Amino acid sequence: MDNKQLEEFVKSLDHDLEIREGKQFIEVTLPISKLYPIAKLLREKEESMFDFLFNLTGVDYGQDLGVVYHLRSTVQGHSIVLKTRTSDRENPQIDSISDIWESANLLEREVYDLLGIRFTNHPDLRRLFLDSSWGFPLRKNYADDINIVTR
Amino acid sequence: MEEKVEIIGTDEKQEFIINMGPQHPSTHGVLRLVVSLQGETVKNIQPHIGYIHRGIEKMCESITWPQIIHLTDRMDYLSAHQNNEAVCLLVEKALEVDIPDRIKYIRTIMSELSRLQSHQLFWATFGMDLGGQTCYFYGLRDREMILDIFEETTGGRMLVSYNCPGGLMYDLHPDFQKKVKDYIKYFREKLPEYDAILTGNVIFRERTVGIGTLTLADAISFGITGPSARASGFSCDIRKHEPYSAYDRVKFNEVLFTEGDTCHRYLARVEEMRESMDIIEQLIDNIPEGQYAVKMKPVIKLPEGEYFQRVETARGELGVFVISDGNKNPYRVKFRSPNFANLGVLNHISKGFKIADLIAISGSLDLIIPDIDR
Repeated sequence: MDNKQLEEFVKSLDHDLEIREGKQFIEVTLPISKLYPIAKLLREKEESMFDFLFNLTGVDYGQDLGVVYHLRSTVQGHSIVLKTRTSDRENPQIDSISDIWESANLLEREVYDLLGIRFTNHPDLRRLFLDSSWGFPLRKNYADDINIVTR
Repeated sequence: MEEKVEIIGTDEKQEFIINMGPQHPSTHGVLRLVVSLQGETVKNIQPHIGYIHRGIEKMCESITWPQIIHLTDRMDYLSAHQNNEAVCLLVEKALEVDIPDRIKYIRTIMSELSRLQSHQLFWATFGMDLGGQTCYFYGLRDREMILDIFEETTGGRMLVSYNCPGGLMYDLHPDFQKKVKDYIKYFREKLPEYDAILTGNVIFRERTVGIGTLTLADAISFGITGPSARASGFSCDIRKHEPYSAYDRVKFNEVLFTEGDTCHRYLARVEEMRESMDIIEQLIDNIPEGQYAVKMKPVIKLPEGEYFQRVETARGELGVFVISDGNKNPYRVKFRSPNFANLGVLNHISKGFKIADLIAISGSLDLIIPDIDR
């Protein structure tokens, strides 16, 4: 499907979604509650068939914390970007998609490690690179007086 | 008097936990695997990573684009050129800079030389992991010559940093074309030796055929890319699907197998060496004249927005995802590194095989640890 058809298709799944045509990909912004069901539909529906999660990025937007998912279909050849964000910085929680795409398992652990976003229903959510004495370094308000030199 | 000796560990059901690494010769870096064994059979593998985590993504948020290039070298150090290229292509795409053909040709040749030397090192160390010492000397002998060619033009042997946004750091060395042509001629004669010494070897076959089989569906679900995925029949070559630089002007085959076992992951890389040489031969005589770098603004600021660029490194798909807020530093950089995804499948494909096979399987995935940790 090209981007136009893909946009129509995502709209047919749920009319309330915020869909935007980005520079390269169609970008769909989802509320946290809709992320898992829509992701599962996109994976399973034959028209979309997004079977390859090639990137998962945690982002600190300043006020909010968010996750960006890059999906591609190896059958249909199209790509899509899903975005979700939460304003709860103390205890951010997003549904895990690691039972839909196996590659999300390590990627979500990485996001948890560096940004502190907890993925509910993740089978093995532990810190990945750092130990528990660290904060969450990719957050913008992370302070480390010894190792980060501000010029 | 008869002494009663109790031997521990004869019970077949008892599980052992063995720690492999972080300093283990076959992990080729600081990777620690906690392996649960039942007898000699692998039950579960828990990778522990982060020993060489430098926080490259965090560092990128406080430095400028020409500086970021030099950090990307240090991720997958055997694909340093392709890592540089990914960042440069992203910046050039965001600023809509037209790149002259000369730069595209040189970048493609350098990429393929880089892939060639990476696969040679894979061949050398994979052979050594399986007990073939000679492979190591053969592989490194041939790889050194490519590094010499790199050194002459770029000044660096492994961490070349030859790309910069808008082109290349320096022009080619006058001897470059001749040396590359001589080398390709030399290596075409040497490559059959590689097959003779390892590919057809009975012990090698016994240890790799049917070991650690990865199915196509699993390869896609785990996000495996590169030769490891193409051995399972997953057509994922970015050079074919989304050509960048001069890859749309050359003819080459995407190496695909369907077996997906350790042996075919190895064969995919050996075949790719042949394809790389074909690509270089098509380009080396036709490098157009022209400038080697486009003049860019002294301070590079990407327009606000999100950008994604992918390239094919020697190990798979490297993606660079950037969120820019219009400043000279990126707001967020994420490197989708191929090895990080490839590591995730190790537990899945090693279960049920012997611990000696684990060495072969992890060797055939060709993991580079600094690329996993970043």
